[in-house]
Amino acid sequence: MNSVQLWTLVFVVITFGVYIYIAYASRVKDTAGFYIAGGGIPAPANGAAIAADWMSAASFISMAGIIALSTNGYAGSVYLMGWTGGYVLLAMLLAPYLRKFGKYTVPDFVGDRYSETARLIAVVAAIVVSFVYVAGQMAGVGVVFQRFLGVNTTLGVVIGMVIVFFYAVLGGMKGITWTQVAQYIVLIVAYLIPAVAISQQLTGIPLPQVGFGQIMDELNALQAEFGLAEYTSPFTQMNMLNMILMTATLMFGTAGLPHVIVRFYTARSVRAARFSALWALFFISLLYTTAPAVGAFSKYNILNQIPGTALDEVPAWFRSWQDVGLINVNDLNGNGVIDVAGGLGEGFELAINNDIVVLATPEIAGLPAPIIGLVAAGGLAAALSTASGLLLVISSSVANDVYFKRINPAATEARQLLVGRMAMGVAIVIAGYLGINPPGFVAQVVALAFGLGAASFFPILFLGIFWKKATAMGAAAGMAAGLISTLAYQIWTLPVYLGGEGIFGISAASFGAVGMLINFAVTIIVSQFTPKPTELMQKLVEDVRYPGRSELVAAHASGAIDDELLHGDHHPRDEHH
Amino acid sequence: MDAARRQEYWRRNVRIMAVLLTIWALVSFGAGIIFVEQLNAVNFMGVPLGFWFAQQGSILTFLALIAVYVWRMDALDKEFGITEYEEEVHHS
Repeated sequence: MNSVQLWTLVFVVITFGVYIYIAYASRVKDTAGFYIAGGGIPAPANGAAIAADWMSAASFISMAGIIALSTNGYAGSVYLMGWTGGYVLLAMLLAPYLRKFGKYTVPDFVGDRYSETARLIAVVAAIVVSFVYVAGQMAGVGVVFQRFLGVNTTLGVVIGMVIVFFYAVLGGMKGITWTQVAQYIVLIVAYLIPAVAISQQLTGIPLPQVGFGQIMDELNALQAEFGLAEYTSPFTQMNMLNMILMTATLMFGTAGLPHVIVRFYTARSVRAARFSALWALFFISLLYTTAPAVGAFSKYNILNQIPGTALDEVPAWFRSWQDVGLINVNDLNGNGVIDVAGGLGEGFELAINNDIVVLATPEIAGLPAPIIGLVAAGGLAAALSTASGLLLVISSSVANDVYFKRINPAATEARQLLVGRMAMGVAIVIAGYLGINPPGFVAQVVALAFGLGAASFFPILFLGIFWKKATAMGAAAGMAAGLISTLAYQIWTLPVYLGGEGIFGISAASFGAVGMLINFAVTIIVSQFTPKPTELMQKLVEDVRYPGRSELVAAHASGAIDDELLHGDHHPRDEHH
Repeated sequence: MDAARRQEYWRRNVRIMAVLLTIWALVSFGAGIIFVEQLNAVNFMGVPLGFWFAQQGSILTFLALIAVYVWRMDALDKEFGITEYEEEVHHS
């Protein structure tokens, strides 16, 4: 075991110990604690938890590389703007109102505001989106263990499963939330230290956000020298229409993802929900404004150091990642030198995995072994925190929306809690299995989850609050239309499926925004011709718009209002009435 | 709150949102994508301005927008005498 592995092990053991201790200290006994931490998390802590929940293994390990390598600079902006801009929508259009509505899950809101049919569609969408996502996180845990500790991937995933099982099943949302606060601290420290160091080293300015402007002219010149499009030039990888649609898809998808929305239920009040959104974006922006700088610095270093280097004279960091298979060199013209002219990637002499940009930064900057170990712990924190948030959505959807609301409404508190924990346990096992044996389409599907989120959830949540006359049938039809059109377009255009050409060159990942417009249109049109919501429902929606105490909202939240009164005769009868 | 006061509260809430969301769209889709080529003629902190908006400026603006929203809504709540936040009942 070398010193890097030793330090990695030290950091992993310490951080895992902290997570387990926090989980034990905040274990819960009731469903409110299990699903939403009793609604008692202070705003800054909730913001940090949202940030950790949100920033996945992909944000931490891959995003800087996606920007610098696979989208060549400017085109990567869709992820930066998309994954942060959604929080503006959340803060202003959804979070305060959903918090006021006061339920456990997103399907809960959909079911109460519209109908049981709509609830069912929402449950299925929430579970599918969450599983797709969580499989990626578990795979991420395995990858970090393998790369940094030389542990076999399967064992890595199993270790991750055991840790998540322990704190998520025991502590529910409360345990998850406080663990995520700790995980945020670990991941942001691990991300910022190498970024500051490399910025200082290259530019003499410790702030990466400012420093990257110092090397941009040189980076553009280097790119030109090797026949790559300029780093800052727009529309070299993606045209304007796709840039707009994909950014919109990621923004509205962010605002529609159940594991993010549910975090606002954990806030103490409507006011705290607003502040949670502010803190969340603040914590997220620390990483998201640093990532493009890290990407630019790494690309600059790679283009400066590698092209023209003889195969046996490459730097040590280059060789060590070559050994792991994340850097591939193929001396096509047989001259014994790495040539980059013409391009990077498969089919060229040099192919660099996106993850290298973050994983190798400490070594490129010549930082000591403990820092490299810290980056490994940060990657694990990012993956585990996102996984636990997603698992909670799956567990609460099954135990609350399906079991309690549909199968056994007479279930006691203890019984519901048991079902919630069992659902969580089963979900962890399935997620682990998918992490070890990822179906080939997972990588594709994760990017598409945002399209599905935008096309299914956002319009009906928004209209449910801002349009009192949105009807149950309108919402169900709109959600179905958005989901089906988006899914159909993705299957039609993705090369792994049918590989069709699509319309106007809109890519599969960009179509979610169009699906969202379809959802809006269908919901609004069908609402014109279907039975209006009851007066009581319209009154309830109106009360949700004002913070402060409302007898009606309180009565509804505590379950005191009969479903038939709320939904009228047109509402399909619930079995438990 | 009586009905007229409630309507007034909602109207002002929607106005705050409309202004902030317009800026949201102008900075991200406008400065970051649609007008990026024109803005790139200007250099800002070493990078072309349109590129800066797409990778830094938009995120900083989003943060500022939520901060202004939180601040304005707090002021609006105070003006309308809404103070009972922590007493809100939470679900079943």
